[in-house]
Amino acid sequence: MGAILDMRGISKSFPGVKALVNVNLTVEAGEIHAVVGENGAGKSTLMKVLSGVYPHGSYEGAIHFAGEERRFHTIADSERIGIIIIHQELALVPLLSIAENIFLGNEPARFGVIDTSLRYRRTQDLLAKVGLKESPDTLITHLGVGKQQLVEIAKALSKEVRLLILDEPTASLNETDSAALLDLLLEFKAQGIASILISHKLNEISKVADRITVIRDGATVDTLDCRAETISEDRIIRAMVGRPLADRYPPRNPKIGEPILAVKDWRVHHPIHQERVVIKDVSFEVRRGEVLGIAGLMGAGRTELAMSLFGRAYGKRISGKVEMEGRPVDVSTIQKAVAAGLAYVTEDRKTLGLVLAEDIVRNVTLANLPGVSTGGMIDDMRELQVASGYRQTLAIRCASVYQQTVNLSGGNQQKVVLSKWLFAGPKVLILDEPTRGIDVGAKYEIYSIINRLADEGKAVIMISSEMPELLGMCDRILVMNEGAFVGAFTAAEASQEAIMRSIMQSTMKKTG
Amino acid sequence: MDQRTPAQALKPPPSRPSGTGFLQANIREYGMMLSLFAIMVLFEVLTNGTLLKPLNVTNLILQNSYIVIMALGMLLVIVAGHIDLSVGSVVGFVGALAAVMMVQWDVHYVPATIACLAVGALIGAAQGYWVAFYKIPSFIVTLAGMLVFKGLTLALLAGQSVGPFPKEFQLLSSGFIPDVFAGETLKITSFLIGIGLAAVMVVVNVKSRATALKHGVENEPFGFFVAKNAIFAGLIAYFAYLLSTYKGLPNVLIVMALLIALYTFVTNRTTVGRRIYALGGNEKAARLSGIKTERLTFLTFVNMGLLAGLAGLIFAARLNTATPKAGLGFELDVIAAVFIGGASASGGVGKVIGAVIGAFVMGVMNNGMSILGVGIDYQQVIKGLVLLAAVFLDVYNKNK
Repeated sequence: MGAILDMRGISKSFPGVKALVNVNLTVEAGEIHAVVGENGAGKSTLMKVLSGVYPHGSYEGAIHFAGEERRFHTIADSERIGIIIIHQELALVPLLSIAENIFLGNEPARFGVIDTSLRYRRTQDLLAKVGLKESPDTLITHLGVGKQQLVEIAKALSKEVRLLILDEPTASLNETDSAALLDLLLEFKAQGIASILISHKLNEISKVADRITVIRDGATVDTLDCRAETISEDRIIRAMVGRPLADRYPPRNPKIGEPILAVKDWRVHHPIHQERVVIKDVSFEVRRGEVLGIAGLMGAGRTELAMSLFGRAYGKRISGKVEMEGRPVDVSTIQKAVAAGLAYVTEDRKTLGLVLAEDIVRNVTLANLPGVSTGGMIDDMRELQVASGYRQTLAIRCASVYQQTVNLSGGNQQKVVLSKWLFAGPKVLILDEPTRGIDVGAKYEIYSIINRLADEGKAVIMISSEMPELLGMCDRILVMNEGAFVGAFTAAEASQEAIMRSIMQSTMKKTG
Repeated sequence: MDQRTPAQALKPPPSRPSGTGFLQANIREYGMMLSLFAIMVLFEVLTNGTLLKPLNVTNLILQNSYIVIMALGMLLVIVAGHIDLSVGSVVGFVGALAAVMMVQWDVHYVPATIACLAVGALIGAAQGYWVAFYKIPSFIVTLAGMLVFKGLTLALLAGQSVGPFPKEFQLLSSGFIPDVFAGETLKITSFLIGIGLAAVMVVVNVKSRATALKHGVENEPFGFFVAKNAIFAGLIAYFAYLLSTYKGLPNVLIVMALLIALYTFVTNRTTVGRRIYALGGNEKAARLSGIKTERLTFLTFVNMGLLAGLAGLIFAARLNTATPKAGLGFELDVIAAVFIGGASASGGVGKVIGAVIGAFVMGVMNNGMSILGVGIDYQQVIKGLVLLAAVFLDVYNKNK
């Protein structure tokens, strides 16, 4: 089999920056080709060159597809010959149906009148291909993220795809959905459709990829062939970060003290369907210096628990008791929760964590403006010192603290959000998916920060969907399923299998 | 993943920027001022020097004071991510209320003024309540308010004009700073106030530059700083001189200047101001950072109502009667001023000084075109195109 795609010597510059330097990427017909690299390495830029977002002439080098040199001027040019990209942020219209979305801009029509029954039938066929059992008339907004992802793929298939590009397809999927998606890729491969898979999840890559191209600082550093030899995750990481990463998790020497936060009989109802109990009389405590993990599948209620504790930011008809250092506290509003010593770092830092149009300084002090002001008047210089201090201690990489946060990479954005909450002076930090969408190097830094906070005597509650991360970081892991804790493990007892087993057993008890 | 590279993130800040480089980086801020300057020069030439005659400058200020004052409140509303379409009707209603109280009921002008301001704030509160606590889009709530208060104005005045106002009340708009020195051709007190203002501005700027330098965060070139201050101080002194050769500084100019200074301070330096920007920039993030977003939204509307009330009093005092048509279409001039001044329609971005300049851009054009004898028909066409052009340039610069 020959190469379906051959990108040669691709270079792309933005004013003052070289984003890509002489990158080569060859994808053979019918292979799954993974592209990995740290955030900001240039993966997305490369895909934008390939799909015509950056038109021919704005970059150097040549793209050969199916044996011919191609010069794309728009995305439509690349889609016409079968290169389809599925972006990380899904591009579906929520209030239109599956069928309407799949054929959006490409409707089967005569004289501008849509043939709805043809569209319905063709959608049924496509949904069958991707294994999605939903009516073509279902609105997108009624589907979960995993199913939406499948609709995107069905949409790609409707366009006679020859090369499918998936940008972080499993970032927001749970393990079951991720596995289904990867199986689908393997099926496409059997049908001769080549795919480019961009992902941070190395276990997935080693599961499905035939070859791996590693990009670092805008250049190709390595192409690994997984069919010839088994490639270990460490091997990939080494290529990505350019240095051997002795350990993916920094060492922890926990010094665990007395309980700080105790939650008793916490019950939360759904904010709209108020008869539904989302959190079912949950009790737990976390101690000074402890990193407590909360494991669970998507939708288990972990974020809901955290947000309801944090000033009732989620849910209705909330009942239960919260004690800080043995004394009952009122956490009924976010202001009171912050005053009591709680901090919640959201899972979605772009829409819930940062004011993206504002600079680092203003984001860092937002949760504790009184800390830099006297009588309601902000002291600019004190504020600057605070922000510069966190820039240094958390190693926030930026041109200046007056840089807009929208221009920072994911890891640095996360550090800004962490700075904001550290400056609020909490005793207990709840971190919801603190390393989502962050590259390996920055993850290590975030882990080190978490360890340091625990060493300073704070308690950290870490919610994560990545089990290895919980196993590597936490002193104790609680397993949540369907709004209740269904398992508890110490660091020594915990294993991926044990956690999964407790989730499965609790689900079986319910259904069986 | 985003498309930036580490190299870009690590790019060191420009160490010693040149004057032109600095100007380019701050083009949005100074671009506004330059356009206002250019428009003034244009009309000064076209009107053969009438625009900057002392009498006309005084008129320009009197005519635009209420727009500027409302633009301050509107800026906060727009920065918070909302809009207020009712301000024109509120101007009319509060003016009518003032006339009815002072002229028909013979209420003393001090309690009447206070009551009118309170009613303005109350109207703002009534509208803000629905926007903040029930999440009804501000466009709809204030559209309703626009109709309601337009109707109430008519009802209150029974379709008639009511006036004249007591002498003391008229001074709010037609009064000038009394001259203690009794200057013959030059109102010396007014001129000295102007010079004092210029001096205060220079001192404040020098001080803040000194602190910034101490912390190593100043990147404005020294020459630029000196030139900027010299130009601004010169302009203030020049306009103070112009006004002093006529009747002196209008009272309403003092009110306006104090309010501009107050709102600049509030937006730049206070926690409340900072929180309004965060609220408009990302409401959810602001709320999760412990900001009482609902109360803050509510307060921006109360503030808007209060300022609209004040504008209503000033406008009524200027006309010396309350008419059913007072305030008609003011909301459009006010909103246009804020957007010309660089505020973002999606919230979170905008400056007080920009809104003030935007108001004067509109004001100078109104005034200049009237002197030139351009009909009210084409005045509106031109104003509309200028609004579009200003916002286009802003968006274009941002994307570049």
